[in-house]
Amino acid sequence: MTTTTTTRATGPLRTPPPARRNRLSKGRLPRWAIPAVGLAALILGAAASTLGGFSIASFLIYAALLFVAGATTTTTVVEGRRQGTNSFFKYLVVGAFLLALIPLVSVLYTVLERGLPGMTPHFLFHSMNGLTGAVDNETVAAGTPVLGGAYHAVVGTLLITLCSTVISVPIGMLAAIYLVEYGQGKALSRGITFFVDVMTGIPSIVAGLFAAALFGLLFGPSTRMGIVAAVALSVLMIPTVVRSTEEMLKIVPNELREASYALGVRKWRTITKVVIPTAISGIASGVTLAIARVIGETAPILVTAGLANSINFNVFGNWMATLPTFIYYQILNPTSPTNIDPSAQRAWAAALLLIVMVMLLNLGARLIARIFAPKTGR
Amino acid sequence: MTTNTLTRARGSGRAGDKVFSGASRSAGILILLTLFAVALFLLIQALPAFTADPAEVSGGEGFASYIWPIVVGTVIAAAIAILLATPVGLGVALFISHYAPRRLAAPLGYVIDLLAAIPSVIYGIWGYLVLAPVLVPGYEWLNANLGFLPIFGGPVSQTGKTMLTAGIVLAVMVLPIITSLSREIFLQTPGLHEEAALALGATRWEMIRMAVLPFARAGIISAVMLGLGRALGETMAVALVLSTGSLIPSLISSGNQTIAAEIALNFPEAFGLRMSELIAAGLVLFVITLAVNMVARWIISRHREFSGAN
Repeated sequence: MTTTTTTRATGPLRTPPPARRNRLSKGRLPRWAIPAVGLAALILGAAASTLGGFSIASFLIYAALLFVAGATTTTTVVEGRRQGTNSFFKYLVVGAFLLALIPLVSVLYTVLERGLPGMTPHFLFHSMNGLTGAVDNETVAAGTPVLGGAYHAVVGTLLITLCSTVISVPIGMLAAIYLVEYGQGKALSRGITFFVDVMTGIPSIVAGLFAAALFGLLFGPSTRMGIVAAVALSVLMIPTVVRSTEEMLKIVPNELREASYALGVRKWRTITKVVIPTAISGIASGVTLAIARVIGETAPILVTAGLANSINFNVFGNWMATLPTFIYYQILNPTSPTNIDPSAQRAWAAALLLIVMVMLLNLGARLIARIFAPKTGR
Repeated sequence: MTTNTLTRARGSGRAGDKVFSGASRSAGILILLTLFAVALFLLIQALPAFTADPAEVSGGEGFASYIWPIVVGTVIAAAIAILLATPVGLGVALFISHYAPRRLAAPLGYVIDLLAAIPSVIYGIWGYLVLAPVLVPGYEWLNANLGFLPIFGGPVSQTGKTMLTAGIVLAVMVLPIITSLSREIFLQTPGLHEEAALALGATRWEMIRMAVLPFARAGIISAVMLGLGRALGETMAVALVLSTGSLIPSLISSGNQTIAAEIALNFPEAFGLRMSELIAAGLVLFVITLAVNMVARWIISRHREFSGAN
């Protein structure tokens, strides 16, 4: 807005440059100009970074800065200030995107590179039961493959996630049904919508503390069980399920409901037989995404399920391990403090396993949404 | 065939209706109760820390002086994350909504969403083992050239496990939140506004500044607030990345602590009063994030008709 006003205000006062009297056909940069600036920036950037000890990072930083400055100046000189600003922001926006890709690529590459060596059948099907620092020291000394694995953590992750899904899906779906089908415009429904949104922002550790505090009051302090973790994860999962289900129910066409009512069908039969089947693909994919979100949670598990080294199939008794806490403790408190490499290898392998699980869930959600999408007939 | 199943259950009419509406209403009420219960149980378990003899609380000077430094640490970490993530996140959102070729926009959005799918503990170990060592030379350069500023004061941490590293990792984690929310809003800008701006001869950036950004302002603010809420409560990245210590102004030395990391690092071994202290710290964190989120949601609901983030 300011640009237009300034141009309008100062335009007539400025002495127009003689070469560009016709504003429509005024100077345009030739096609090769920007690549040329880029090449120059690369060369100069290499030179500048060599001055202070060459490194890839400083080279890229210098080159990027030089390119943005050079390209903007060139455009400004040839095409005018407005085009200069335009191209400046274009480079910034593209640069922001490239910058955001760096951590993604780095994380995925690191996890693959360091996780693949540890991804053995032994790792997948053995727990850490009885595995002490002495065992790790021996394997390092003898150069034999790393022993111990994440089987117990996989079991814990799956059981705890299953329990929290069983708790949160019915509650979340029913609440969403209330919001869409029964509560339209009521104060209670507005309150629920608002607080569900607020709940999505609860820090995961607070959810964990809540479950720990709740079970601490009921069963004595320091109660650590799988089900406590499942309750904590449900607190995180319910809002996600409510939101996605609500969105899906809202897009079910009203004509379907009206047609069903016109046939004399009761409201609850309409909901269970008409509305939900129409929206089921979206609901299922929303639930899958919610599972993907909680399966990687670490903090609530730390304070609710403790850490176990052996396999525990009972969510109602004893401590349980999950993949995230397994990773956390293997890195923070390596099994053998003097030889941390076996622990690091197990942690990265577990990280790879966890990422694969999360990605599969995300992919699954997309497939569910696509395959079971209702036939619109249009 | 649907008609058959619909008409078959004849006797189950009225009662079913009542049961079903009752069940769905109570599920909704249960959610409200849960939120209330979170606050209530945290409060009950935290009470001993508030009422305890000041000498018995960690630090020996009462709960307020125990919690104060880590609240400040939490705010610093979240502030770094937001300062770094907001410009980049908005840039990425603009790139996807207005700069990338149409055909590429959806896949690119999915790529950025992948950032959100990576579990926090993996960001934690990545920040600890990969990012922190890489940043040490940069910190030394900052200290050598800008060391007169308290935030870049020495001694530089040789492991790179500092507040700034934690802030950068947090920034990576909140980036997808800011991006996906603001992208939705940018995409909702009325096409007519954009076309009108372009038809008046605006360049693409002028179009964005005059049509897209004013339209999306409320949405951007709330996206940043939601990112802030996430950054305040994020645990694992800080617990793994930060080499904790007392509150210091320097961002590139070891030191500082955040509430969430304090809880995660100490809760597993805590009992008695220490446990109450940590739960009380959790309550403080809950109140802070609740306030931030409520403000964000309030802004969204005020501009509901404009915003895709609700």
